[in-house]
Amino acid sequence: MKTSKKDFIAEAEDIIENANNCLLELQNAFNPETLNSLFRALHTMKGLSGLFGLKGITGLSHTLESLLDDLRLGKIEFNDETVNFIFRNIDILKNLIVQVAEDKEIGDVKTAVQEIESFRETSKSMTKDISIENLGISPAVLRVLSEYEEHRLKSNVKEGKGIYFVKAVFDMTSFAPGLEALNSTLKSLGEVIATLPSTQNIPDGSIGFNMLFGSSSETDGIKTKVTSLPAGQAGADVEMICLPKKMSDLKPAVSVSKIQEAPLKSSSNIVRVDIEKLDRILNTVGELMLTKGAVTRIGHELTASLGYSSLALDIQRIVQTLDRRLAELQDYILELRMVPFSQIFSRLAQIVKRYTKEAGKEINLELFGEDTEIDKLLAEAIIDPLIHLVRNAIDHGIESKDKRIAAGKKAYGTVTLKAFSRGNDVVVTVQDDGAGLEAEKIFRKAVKEKLIAENQMLNRREIMNLIFLPGLSTKEEASEVSGRGMGMNIVKEKITSFGGFVDVESEEGDRTIFTLTLPITLAIIKALIVKVASERFAVPLTSISETFIVKPEKIQTIEGREVIEIRGEMLPLLRVARVFKFDEQPKEEYFAVIVGFGIRRIGLLVDNLLEQTEIVIKPLGEYLKDIPGLAGAAEIGRHEIILVLDVEAMMEEAFLKKKPVHTA
Amino acid sequence: MRAALVVEDSNTTRSLIKSAIEEIDDINTFEASTGFEALRLLPQQTFDLIVMDINMPDINGFELINFVKTNDNYKNIPVVMVSTERSGAEKEKGMALGAFAYLTKPFDIEKLQGIIRKALDL
Repeated sequence: MKTSKKDFIAEAEDIIENANNCLLELQNAFNPETLNSLFRALHTMKGLSGLFGLKGITGLSHTLESLLDDLRLGKIEFNDETVNFIFRNIDILKNLIVQVAEDKEIGDVKTAVQEIESFRETSKSMTKDISIENLGISPAVLRVLSEYEEHRLKSNVKEGKGIYFVKAVFDMTSFAPGLEALNSTLKSLGEVIATLPSTQNIPDGSIGFNMLFGSSSETDGIKTKVTSLPAGQAGADVEMICLPKKMSDLKPAVSVSKIQEAPLKSSSNIVRVDIEKLDRILNTVGELMLTKGAVTRIGHELTASLGYSSLALDIQRIVQTLDRRLAELQDYILELRMVPFSQIFSRLAQIVKRYTKEAGKEINLELFGEDTEIDKLLAEAIIDPLIHLVRNAIDHGIESKDKRIAAGKKAYGTVTLKAFSRGNDVVVTVQDDGAGLEAEKIFRKAVKEKLIAENQMLNRREIMNLIFLPGLSTKEEASEVSGRGMGMNIVKEKITSFGGFVDVESEEGDRTIFTLTLPITLAIIKALIVKVASERFAVPLTSISETFIVKPEKIQTIEGREVIEIRGEMLPLLRVARVFKFDEQPKEEYFAVIVGFGIRRIGLLVDNLLEQTEIVIKPLGEYLKDIPGLAGAAEIGRHEIILVLDVEAMMEEAFLKKKPVHTA
Repeated sequence: MRAALVVEDSNTTRSLIKSAIEEIDDINTFEASTGFEALRLLPQQTFDLIVMDINMPDINGFELINFVKTNDNYKNIPVVMVSTERSGAEKEKGMALGAFAYLTKPFDIEKLQGIIRKALDL
């Protein structure tokens, strides 16, 4: 059998996400269609897990499905309590799927199943049933309705809606666009209860759809709207009859337009691909780039020994073509790995909904930049740090209602998430309009924890950034909401582990903004190769803002820090040779590589700048892993391995640690 | 060569059924993830067999089988209905509309293959 556990997990995860989205929608506004989608999600999960013999998951989804069936059939009333109850159980289901993914024993679902059963029993309400036999709908129609469609028909009748038959005829091979247009028009006027395809009494090559439709709009209004659909779009005439008129009174409509032949044998033009496979392709592209580098080198050597011979020029041309095509290929693959932020945001929205209740606060969530795209792996990697920041904002950032009102603020707090791209980076900000960070408190705590010296001179921004140091949590006891998560230092560690930056700004009493700057992709990056003593290092190009030559006499020392004046500003310098304790030979000139953003920038002093090249960063082995200042290793040309500098760690080095403290 | 159509909205279940059919014999198996897609594929190919789910997002299996069985071109195609619904009423409804067989999920692959062999006279 070709179908594997991986397929199961991929589809199951989709179902869970879909179910959660339905629940969120239902929480905002009840809608029978959404409830039905939710039911269908659990229904599919039941069938799917059954095929794989996963009894626990089948059992739980079956019980949930039954509960949802009662809900959609109106046997149980739908309210906030039900939504939360289902949310909890979807979580349990999600955990079971994680257990399958991790090859773990599936936990016992007996308690969960019993809880759902008793919830179902206690919430069953009595509803009066009505008969649909006497509505004048033909038995041929009634016998194909599912139980759910019957229920929707009854509900529409009970609510006093008019029941209509809308009949449309389309070309058999290209009915989809017209039917869709008709469907959306009808949906804006009422509810499409059932759609019955038919070829009886219909010309050859055409297909008819009889739509059972409930609406409280005026019959004439519906008629006008439906018949005014552009003929090219609807693809056919549309006639409408108000029940209880008979269907047979209808004249067969004649199809007019034939749009386009639909391709055969494609159920959908979307292919699911395991990201590991994309990684493999990308790795191969990385290797090809190295090979290209080798060819380039041969070209240069040829030019050096033979001059600009036709052979050398040929090779140069080939290298150029290769270069362009490889760049294209790389772009295409990277594009495949991209997912929109809306995926991340919808998960964060769930968190906010659920934790605001626990925290007993009222919070308004604003999302911007849902279409911004990010590498799938990065998206997965930043979700936990983002959850932590959002929980933190809800729990520590936003004040209680009373405090807010006393401070003259709106009673509800606002958490704003923004995602946008900036050059080769994606920037995500998490902002709350809460109490802000208290610089004084953070500073004192950092001194108390001996993370900085009492007389250290730090500006406000630097003090704010102290919260990312391990062991610095200003809130004494962990709370229910954010206490379970990771610390700020872990947030930072995670973000920097894939070459990102974290920054925090805050206005006391007004707001806190966390800014995460992330590379768009993890795979292949451009780097500058620099020379320090006899070693070479790679510096990711995304973190470099500029480079320039530094004469030793221009270097000044202020408060024990080496700095240089550049365009009227003092820029801290860090000698890379000193970080790795290399022997330092005095030189006539150095090169400064400026890294970082905004005011968090430093100049790395190196001996020489060599070249700019593409690298694939590989993790360091166990042996070198704990050496600070190194982000990984990369292979460049001729099977040489060079080390990649950890720019973020370097900046920390420059800003905080090992800094001799001078008093002014 | 024979042709079969599998109408099922779960990708995994659909490809499972597809490979079960293809294991039996050289049968060209087409896939539709919704009832509408099935309606689109039906006139484009002569099918010898249809395997369909009941609970689907656009039209349900009953509406689809009713369409098939009331059309002169398709009415002789054997239809196997596959659904998680265990209630006798659903099965009865399906059989009354002209299904060749009704199978409850999770089904045994060999059992499905046996039914398909019978439907195709293999």
